[in-house]
Amino acid sequence: MTRISMTVDGVRYDDDVEPRTLLVQHLRDRLGKVGTVVGCDTSNCGACTVLLSGRSVKACSILAVQADGADVTTIEGLAGDGGELHPVQAAFHEQHGLQCGFCTPGMIMAAVDLLTENSEPTDAEIREGLEGNLCRCTGYQNIVRAVRAAAESMRTSVPSTPESAEAAEAGSRQGVTT
Amino acid sequence: MTVTEQRPGGEVGRDRRRKEDARLITGRTAWTDNLSLPGMLHLAIVRSPMAHARITGIDVTAARGAPGVVDVFTGRDVADLQGSMPCVWPVTEDTVLPAYPPLALDEVRHAGEPVAVVAARDRASALDALELIEVDYEPLPVVLDMEEALADGAPLVHDAAGTNRCYTWILDSAQAGTGADVARMEAEAEVVVSRRFIQQRLVPAFMEPRSTVVDPTGDQITMWSSTQVPHILRVLLSLGTGVPEHKIRVIAPDVGGGFGGKLEVTPEEFIAFAAARRLNKPVKFTESRSEAMLSAHHGRDQIQDITVTARRDGTVTGMSARLLANMGAYLGIITPGIPILGAFMFGGIYKFPAYRFECTGVFTNTTKTDAYRGAGRPEATFALERIMDELAVELGLDPLELRRRNWIERDEFPFTTAAGLTYDSGDYAKATDRATELFGYDALRQEQAARRAAGDTVQLGIGVSTYTEMCGLAPSRVLGQLRYAAGGWESASVRMLPTGKVEVVTGTSPHGQGHETAWSQIVADQLGVAFEDVEVLHGDTRASHKGLDTYGSRSLAVGGIALVNACRRVVEKAMPVAAHLLEADPADLEFTDGAFRVKGAPGAATKTLADCAFAVFQSHDLPDGVESTLDADATYDPENFSYPHGTHLCAVEVDTETGMVKIRSYVAVDDVGRVINPLIVDGQVHGGVAQGIAQALFEEARYDEDGNLMTGTFVEYTIPSAADLPDLVTDRTETPAPGHPLGAKGVGEAGTIASTPAVVNAVVDALRPLGVADVRMPCTPERVWSTIQAARAANGGELR
Repeated sequence: MTRISMTVDGVRYDDDVEPRTLLVQHLRDRLGKVGTVVGCDTSNCGACTVLLSGRSVKACSILAVQADGADVTTIEGLAGDGGELHPVQAAFHEQHGLQCGFCTPGMIMAAVDLLTENSEPTDAEIREGLEGNLCRCTGYQNIVRAVRAAAESMRTSVPSTPESAEAAEAGSRQGVTT
Repeated sequence: MTVTEQRPGGEVGRDRRRKEDARLITGRTAWTDNLSLPGMLHLAIVRSPMAHARITGIDVTAARGAPGVVDVFTGRDVADLQGSMPCVWPVTEDTVLPAYPPLALDEVRHAGEPVAVVAARDRASALDALELIEVDYEPLPVVLDMEEALADGAPLVHDAAGTNRCYTWILDSAQAGTGADVARMEAEAEVVVSRRFIQQRLVPAFMEPRSTVVDPTGDQITMWSSTQVPHILRVLLSLGTGVPEHKIRVIAPDVGGGFGGKLEVTPEEFIAFAAARRLNKPVKFTESRSEAMLSAHHGRDQIQDITVTARRDGTVTGMSARLLANMGAYLGIITPGIPILGAFMFGGIYKFPAYRFECTGVFTNTTKTDAYRGAGRPEATFALERIMDELAVELGLDPLELRRRNWIERDEFPFTTAAGLTYDSGDYAKATDRATELFGYDALRQEQAARRAAGDTVQLGIGVSTYTEMCGLAPSRVLGQLRYAAGGWESASVRMLPTGKVEVVTGTSPHGQGHETAWSQIVADQLGVAFEDVEVLHGDTRASHKGLDTYGSRSLAVGGIALVNACRRVVEKAMPVAAHLLEADPADLEFTDGAFRVKGAPGAATKTLADCAFAVFQSHDLPDGVESTLDADATYDPENFSYPHGTHLCAVEVDTETGMVKIRSYVAVDDVGRVINPLIVDGQVHGGVAQGIAQALFEEARYDEDGNLMTGTFVEYTIPSAADLPDLVTDRTETPAPGHPLGAKGVGEAGTIASTPAVVNAVVDALRPLGVADVRMPCTPERVWSTIQAARAANGGELR
């Protein structure tokens, strides 16, 4: 057993862990952070993506001991203290960027990191940037649209309301979605 | 009394954001694997590394002594407890139904079959102990290829059956009296085109691996499972194990995708059920992705021999489909029936006067097959739309023109096909015209001609797919005629709470489709309550005791009607209460805009359902004979399937030097009847098309010659990422389903059914000048390149 300490979603945890424990197992099984999920065993699907000191990482691809001393943000800690959604969360909701929602925690965390890197990505850059996160439901179309919308809202820093988003959507839709 | 169907400016037809999202985007989702119960043990399963072998010994001694291990058991140890896996669709009287123990007893018949189980205090200890279990296998001959499996002297998957043939099922329009004789059409035909198409094996690859928790410690044994079919699971758990049905409760909490892959009752669920009963402790089993690839059922896997006959003027005269369908080693709940769901669709939207379908199900030493999005209908539509393109080439016609000359015209509905189905409605010309306009069909054809003339190394291909599907599964009588063991009805309950809020219980079981949102929209309009005031309950047999779950694009098409009927009953029950409150005669009342009022008296007093609900709650002053509840149930059994349709057009660029296929544009115009929530419908089309493209270009489950699955992880089984897929253009035409109070037809599978042939037709179209007449799926660069090389060699290396 190895003693580790990490801050997860603003709370500090000190634990003894087996050295072989993956970060995602530690989060789920020890800390009860079950918002982060496991979708594969080959680091392909990205469902377990979290932010480790601000940068996205697949929590199945590092050991808990490697995260010793780190500041981890999971999907559960992304919204503000008052429960206000992060712009990426809000955009996934507004743009219907999820269906079953299993890939969504990882997809959102990866998108947050993508927008940290590049605040004005093109659609092609969004698609390339999310290549490590698999979704089986959406065909990615509305995920791309959500990330684009989140980028815009983060640049303008005007929180979008459901009404304004719906109005904008109605204007751009006109029966044809591209 | 008058009831209006829809409020102007109401909820139906509106792009409502989903209620489900709040928990899904914040990580507060109830996945089965999130569940932890006091004293819960974790299961891990030893799986066969051999595709076919006799088990000669299992030594679990070391594993039993391993740290954290509580129990280890084999099939023999639980032979009396584990039950047997059910198949509920023997399609013929003589369908071979092999014994299917959840844990193998003496023999394993595919790689990945469960052999022994460890129960331990934590998952890591259970997995560690697997390594300590010694299983002795005596290898048996393996059969993988369907044609080899049917040959004399082939190794048998099931010795006791004496054959690898599961069944042969025939539909012949001449014999059924639904059409002419295909053999005569072939003898007299001016044009005959025959092709063999291969439907490769696919993996549904839902993102949430399957997980099951069983708690045997209460009065009922409770199973949480990542399933599409909690109601069917409860019935079959009871029938399969002998535990009385009322002693079982099944809960499908949040379920992370299914696509037919969780339309199953699984050995793992039976094993967990047996383990919990044996140990009298809660247990959990969650599969790894590698286990899911190996043991969750696969889809497709057919050899299709197709013949179409026509006159020189392009009129089709007959269609014949002979299939071999790979069952795998065992039968899942509806494995034999999957190709039969396609049996009625090989004629598609065209007026074939003669039709014949014959399918032989074949056992092989592979993972079983069963439903995968579309289930039989994508296979049929692919073969039909591919051979229509081949016929167009043979006749020198534009593929769209050939389709126009043969499709059912809008004024010919209802139309009974030679396969015996009666299509309710459709407007194929309208959808096609809209699609060609959005696509820029003529301009792309001109560009294609220019590139061909210039001998461009990157060729442009245009693919057409005009499809219909039968969905809204299903009329119970038809299912009975097809020997399916259950019905196809659906159920809904509406509970009016005293404060005017509404709880709706549905027998459908969503796993990403957004029923909580769409059902709320329907109820809001029907009852005149706020969208936010409706709570939709599902997936727990204690709350929703009756239902047939979610698959086959049935939830809205069937369950939606049950819901509307239940709402109408609530309104009917409230009518005498409202009349009493308004001091009016019930016959003078109408229910419009969510309130009861005296007809033709604008501005007069009104009473809402909430008023009635509270009056009934109090029951201080109800008219004689009025029951103290407004709650209502309805069960609906459809008389016919519903028939969405549409036209999908795909343009691809194929690099003839590398074989790389790039989708340049994709237009989907679908007609799914009236739309409840356009946002959700678009999402269903996007995802469906993506899975169809994936079959066309990316995915194939492959075995080596010994029966080892070579595509056992997401490294080898390449489901597309965002970078692999195009931006789609989607649009709709709306031909309401006649007789359906909502006019809805179903959308879950349409995209998958339509898109695969559109993409492959485009790839073949691009390469046609090189002498290529088919490319086997998936059209990977390697396969496209090899096909080009073979065609060049055959044609002397020149453009034809």
